[in-house]
Amino acid sequence: MSIWQYANPVKFLALSTRVQPVIWTAAVLCVAVGLLWGFFATPDDARQGATVKIIYLHVPAALMAINAWFMMLVASLIWLIRRHHVSALAAKAAAPVGVVMTLIALITGAIWGQPMWGTWWVWDPRLTSFLILFLFYLGYIALWEAVEDPDTAADLTSVLCLVGSVFAVLSRYAVKFWNQGLHQGTSVPVATGGRSVADVFFYPLVVSMVGFGLLFLALVLYRTGTEIRLRRASALLARAGRES
Amino acid sequence: MELRVDNLTIARGGVPVLAGVHFVLPAGRALVLRGPNGAGKTTLLRTLAGLQPALSGQISGAGERIAYAAHADGLKAMLSVTENLQFWAEIFGTRETDAALDAYALRPLAERMAGTLSAGQKRRLGLARLLVTGRPVWVLDEPTVSLDTAAVAQFAAALQTHLAAGGSAVIATHIDLGFKAATLDIASFRAASTLLAGASDEAFL
Amino acid sequence: MTALLARDLRLAFRAGGGFGLALAFFLIVVVLVPFSVGPESSLLAAIAPGVLWLGALLACLLSLDRLLALDFEDGTLDLLVGAPIPLEGALSVKALAHWLTTGLPLVLAAPVLGVLLNLPLAGFGWLTASLLAGTPALSVIGTFGAALTVGIKRGGLLLSLLVLPLYVPTLIFGAETARRGAMGMEATTPLAMLTGITLATVALMPFASAAVLRMGLR
Repeated sequence: MSIWQYANPVKFLALSTRVQPVIWTAAVLCVAVGLLWGFFATPDDARQGATVKIIYLHVPAALMAINAWFMMLVASLIWLIRRHHVSALAAKAAAPVGVVMTLIALITGAIWGQPMWGTWWVWDPRLTSFLILFLFYLGYIALWEAVEDPDTAADLTSVLCLVGSVFAVLSRYAVKFWNQGLHQGTSVPVATGGRSVADVFFYPLVVSMVGFGLLFLALVLYRTGTEIRLRRASALLARAGRES
Repeated sequence: MELRVDNLTIARGGVPVLAGVHFVLPAGRALVLRGPNGAGKTTLLRTLAGLQPALSGQISGAGERIAYAAHADGLKAMLSVTENLQFWAEIFGTRETDAALDAYALRPLAERMAGTLSAGQKRRLGLARLLVTGRPVWVLDEPTVSLDTAAVAQFAAALQTHLAAGGSAVIATHIDLGFKAATLDIASFRAASTLLAGASDEAFL
Repeated sequence: MTALLARDLRLAFRAGGGFGLALAFFLIVVVLVPFSVGPESSLLAAIAPGVLWLGALLACLLSLDRLLALDFEDGTLDLLVGAPIPLEGALSVKALAHWLTTGLPLVLAAPVLGVLLNLPLAGFGWLTASLLAGTPALSVIGTFGAALTVGIKRGGLLLSLLVLPLYVPTLIFGAETARRGAMGMEATTPLAMLTGITLATVALMPFASAAVLRMGLR
């Protein structure tokens, strides 16, 4: 029994339909608990006041915006190497979710930035990088929509995802070089173990981040299921056309 | 060296169209493909030319020996007839264009821009391109479209010269070329609609 | 390969080949800038390096959809795949031809247009150097975009959408070199980064371009 058996669309659908209710419930629960806890049960920040509470939306969304692209990169590689259709369709399904996460991060960032920095938008490296990431998502989705043959579309978008990832990292460094920036450092640095937010703010943030991760997973499973059913419908139509 | 095709299965748009295609084409022979529209002639020819992968089966004696010609001739309107031929001759490393010009009576048109040629004249130039490739196996998709009877005769003559010199050709055409050639009715290889051959849509059925 | 280069250059120079269109576009963009931001010399001098870089980038982008689309329509690409030259090489040559007919004229025209925008004297050398180092990357990355969209009808707009984000690092380092140079600052660091990007893309992008072209032609 290897994990690759779920590369079969039928088996994947069966499993994902079974686990989806659990994941949806957990996702809604975590997001609700994280946001409510964060908004109503934490004190105002000494300097930032109540505006800091947008962190419970902003940080998880930003986290998932990047992780969605990373997931697409892995899925694209699996498609290019092992030719599993589910992988390509999962990458396709994740892109719009990633775009929405990027947009949430950008918009909440602007709303947070207005009282803090006195302006809705600055060309800060982090903000700029997210804007560039947003453009990459748009190009990726547009390419999927433009190519008629689904396998060719999967091939082309996978290579675009690979090349785009390299250029996205390159842009990140270029943008850092170009403008040093206002944005505060990472809120939850994993590598160093230290953190710049106090525990009262940190725990609801973690719950919210887990919730966003689960929400992303649930949405991608759901959308991948839709894509598989669409492909199945068109495959059946194509075969039926050959019989007549 | 012969062109050998064994148990070839090919797909178009993710659906298998032909299955179990097999033939042997010895040097010096031509093979005419017949079959109704949509039977998979173009797909088979493109597979032979290496432009798309087969689902299964073997092709031997193809690859770098194939010269492919389809509906689009790869001609540039803003280059003269000679320049067009010379370009392809250089790409294929032959440099010899005189024979090709003569075979299709293109000499009077040699300095004309390809864009000013009629459809039939362009087609002749496209077929003349085959001669400058120096490749032994011609894979031709409807080569006589828009040719008049005189030009068809030029094509038949060029083809016979090519075969006499040890070349071979696979041709999808509906007209009679005026000499005896083996025919292969590809309708007999039509893939059953229930066939599972590893086509890309199969995983979803 | 030289045959392919010679043919592409010849086609570009013949009537209808589109040579000079990019240059004319560059000129018009630069002329329109003072109309949109006002004629003040100090303002124009400040934005000149950025405007010239952006104009050159857009002019380059404008000519990309002809790079492979014409060869696709007339069947040349199908025949090139079967030809005894590697597709990676063929695409590198096509990118080179694109640079020679688009990028290089832009590099040569930029200092002249710099005069129109009151570019400070110190900036001319850096501007030319940065364009010379950066425009080959624009052509090579553009070839990748053209190969991605080759089978798509009306792929022009999509091509811009795909290529522009890929142009970001080149634009940043290129314009930064020109800007620092014009302000009399040290500009060798961004110039070195820019050259690095160009060398890396020239070395690696043709493989990606050939891969997507083979996928697209299938």
